[in-house]
Amino acid sequence: MSNTPILEFDAIIVGGGGAGMRAALQLAESGNKTAVLSKVFPTRSHTVSAQGGITCAIGSEDPDDDWRWHMYDTVKGSDYIGDQDAIEYMCSVGPQAVYELEHMGLPFSRTDNGRIYQRPFGGQSKDYGQGGQAARTCAAADRTGHALLHTLYQANLKAGSVFFSEWFAIDLVKNAHNAVVGVTAICMETGEVHYIKARATVLATGGAGRIFQTTTNALMNTGDGTGMSLRAGFPVQDIEMWQFHPTGIAGAGVLVTEGCRGEGGYLINRDGERFMERYAPNSKDLASRDVVSRSMVLEILEGRGVGDESDHLLLKLDHLGAETLHSRLPGITELSKTFAHVDPVKDPIPVVPTCHYMMGGLPTNVHGQGISLDKDGNDRIIEGLYAVGEAACVSVHGANRLGGNSLLDLVVFGRAAGLHITDALAEGMDSLEASDNDIDAALSRLNRWNNSSACGESIASLKKELQNCMQFNFGVFRKEEPMQESMRILSDLRERISNACLTDKSKLFNTARLEALELDNLLEIAEATAICAEGRKESRGAHARDDYQERDDENWLAHSIYDPQKKQVGKRAVNLKPRTVDPFEPTARSY
Amino acid sequence: MTIRMTRPGRSGILDWLIQRVTAVIVAAFIVAMLVWLLSTGDVTYAAWKGLFATAWMQSFTLLALLATCVHAWIGMWTVGTDYIQTGNLGKYAETLLFLYQLGCALVLIFYLLWGINILWGN
Amino acid sequence: MQVSVYRYNPEENTESRMQDFNLEIPRGKDLMVLDVLELLKEQDASVTYRRSCREGVCGSDGVNMNGRNGLACITPLSDVVKGDSLVLRPLPGLPVIRDLVVDMGQFYKQYEKIKPYLINDEPPPSQERLQSPEERSKLDGLYECILCACCTTGCPSFWWNPDKFVGPAGLLQAYRFLADSRDTATEERLAALEDPFSVFRCRGIMNCVSVCPKGLNPTRAIGHIRNMLVKRVI
Repeated sequence: MSNTPILEFDAIIVGGGGAGMRAALQLAESGNKTAVLSKVFPTRSHTVSAQGGITCAIGSEDPDDDWRWHMYDTVKGSDYIGDQDAIEYMCSVGPQAVYELEHMGLPFSRTDNGRIYQRPFGGQSKDYGQGGQAARTCAAADRTGHALLHTLYQANLKAGSVFFSEWFAIDLVKNAHNAVVGVTAICMETGEVHYIKARATVLATGGAGRIFQTTTNALMNTGDGTGMSLRAGFPVQDIEMWQFHPTGIAGAGVLVTEGCRGEGGYLINRDGERFMERYAPNSKDLASRDVVSRSMVLEILEGRGVGDESDHLLLKLDHLGAETLHSRLPGITELSKTFAHVDPVKDPIPVVPTCHYMMGGLPTNVHGQGISLDKDGNDRIIEGLYAVGEAACVSVHGANRLGGNSLLDLVVFGRAAGLHITDALAEGMDSLEASDNDIDAALSRLNRWNNSSACGESIASLKKELQNCMQFNFGVFRKEEPMQESMRILSDLRERISNACLTDKSKLFNTARLEALELDNLLEIAEATAICAEGRKESRGAHARDDYQERDDENWLAHSIYDPQKKQVGKRAVNLKPRTVDPFEPTARSY
Repeated sequence: MTIRMTRPGRSGILDWLIQRVTAVIVAAFIVAMLVWLLSTGDVTYAAWKGLFATAWMQSFTLLALLATCVHAWIGMWTVGTDYIQTGNLGKYAETLLFLYQLGCALVLIFYLLWGINILWGN
Repeated sequence: MQVSVYRYNPEENTESRMQDFNLEIPRGKDLMVLDVLELLKEQDASVTYRRSCREGVCGSDGVNMNGRNGLACITPLSDVVKGDSLVLRPLPGLPVIRDLVVDMGQFYKQYEKIKPYLINDEPPPSQERLQSPEERSKLDGLYECILCACCTTGCPSFWWNPDKFVGPAGLLQAYRFLADSRDTATEERLAALEDPFSVFRCRGIMNCVSVCPKGLNPTRAIGHIRNMLVKRVI
């Protein structure tokens, strides 16, 4: 029998990053009893690491800019599997969402006439690709994510949101009708376990870059919400689509913003050649990220890499001059000195494509409502469950996200979910209470770790094996056989992880337990990634296969959808019906 | 907590300004005395007595004395509220702080009265 | 290398102790202190500390390394190790929860006290509020704070009066909003800071400046606040 203490809210938001806090703000300002649960103090969430900016057609750099051009770029960037209704919503609502951030106090950089500064970013164009490079990314120097996250936290303080800082969500609680009615969670400081009951549960847990050995992601990016929803039997969509950012600092994995290339920096190989001119004659270094990353890997594979091992390339910035670097890219200058021992004012930064972003996630509609498929393959709303931000797959990024669209995704869909939940709560949104068994089920994996007895393998070494497996087999280029081998390795790892033990079982601030619980989530996502990557037999966006090198619109102009119960990959239709504009038909994608 | 908290109307800005103004007064007094000492070849009892017989010197000295007392009071109060804490001294900290402040006040009042007595006594 | 780590878990022992580890540091590589902590945690999973971004922007891993506050993830061993030993302690001046994890509650309370959000009761325009690059540049060196608490926990005035002195981090943010051309609550903000503790316990010893991992200067910001307060009464 469960005697777990219960805390009750209208809405519980799991994750205190940009998306979660934007949703919380909307809910708190509407007077709903809202709580944000976050495993770190909210301003330490990974949104803080976003650098370059938030892309949005506010028409500051170009008064004629049009959100439809932004929509075109995003659809093209997604390699045509972004849902066009969702992209339309994001690009058209975007300006309002950005102005709201400014009104909250976000310290955007400014143009001479006092408007928000916008810089060029990859994959941006004017006039549906016909008018040359656009400058559409609103920036606060190269610390936009930091400025955005702190501003949202501050706005939530003002609105009086309730925060459960340093609480870790264990699993979703489902009732007899398969509706989500909250989460079980552990307070790290005391080790106490609670059932947080809520009429709406919002997953805003971000990405899971830590399934890879090298990533720009924070150490805590373990996809906890995605892991929870997979364990609850809900699907993930397009999870094989992992973005490799062209410029992670070689050896360290730390991100160097695309804004560097937006401000005029470019990549060079060992011969000092600006090689992107060969791969993308028009956009050059500002082609979309999948294109640049593939080009870089090809350069390295063809022996034109830099360094003793010829394993990286160089990002040249010195020609921009010290003043531009200090005013527009101060954070990069700092990171580069710390992690590459290079001062970009004088020397180029060693960079290599590095895992950066999870395009996939829980499929949702534009209101953030989670979707699963019924047995006939039709969409079915998951009652009580929402997802926003990187954890969700709305899908606005499709097979490849454009730089600067992530922060926009966070605020637009965080806000949209908040609006929808407010309406739904007002209309009455009650479902069956969770039974003690339902709550106990959501505590079972915690109990397993707590009761694990002496055994061999350590959590740290199992995690390393998992990360190695993903790093070597699911990188920029993918091959059938290694992927199939990985599926076996991962299924073996599942067995070994279920026998691993927790050596430290103390209650107070037990980070060893936290890492064990995170490992469960990493495993769920790694396995889903492997199965979907193997299953999508084409190359599209970030998913490039040696054995299927072409895009196959006939068979795969579709979302992949992964069923965690059957461990199978299926298809879900892409939305090609925007409401106010004509759809963008798939064409060959060149930059 | 009243002794630790500020008196009604007491402001940090005023304290801060008073500290600076009183410091200037005391410094000016010291400089004036040094100048007098150096410029007066033979510092005799008569010369000394003569100096303090003038009304302006009596006023200046009284001003410097008052400034010293006020300066010291604010300074000692600040030091006391820094270091006399329950965190390091336990539950008697508040009583100790009260006694310390009382001690400081008595000493300063004594000095002030003594100074006035020296200046205008006899 | 010998690494000495402050250990405290009240579940096991009411006393804290220092535990020594001998670590082989790979040659030719200048590890960060966080890398060392990760190596220790592989040896002993119970070693407890906070960390997240590992690139100096989230502010989780403020610790005291050989007597100096800083972020473990961006502090190379070559910067802190003297001789062949490294002593790791929690940030001073806050209660310890476990090992290197301190209770940041008091620090956050001081941050909240200064109303760290833009106040402007005029209805916002349909677009952004305009701000010139010059006005915006006043926020440089202020908004970048990551709330790691290295400065505030390195400040003796905060050690003595953690409940009344706002501390360098909070005051830096107070000035961030005082300096923002879009904020209209200057008078209200100054009124809340004029008591003898909130701002005036700063003695300008600049410990905060010397430890700030982001190279910010809270002492200068405090000076600006003091000037504004003084101008207000004169």
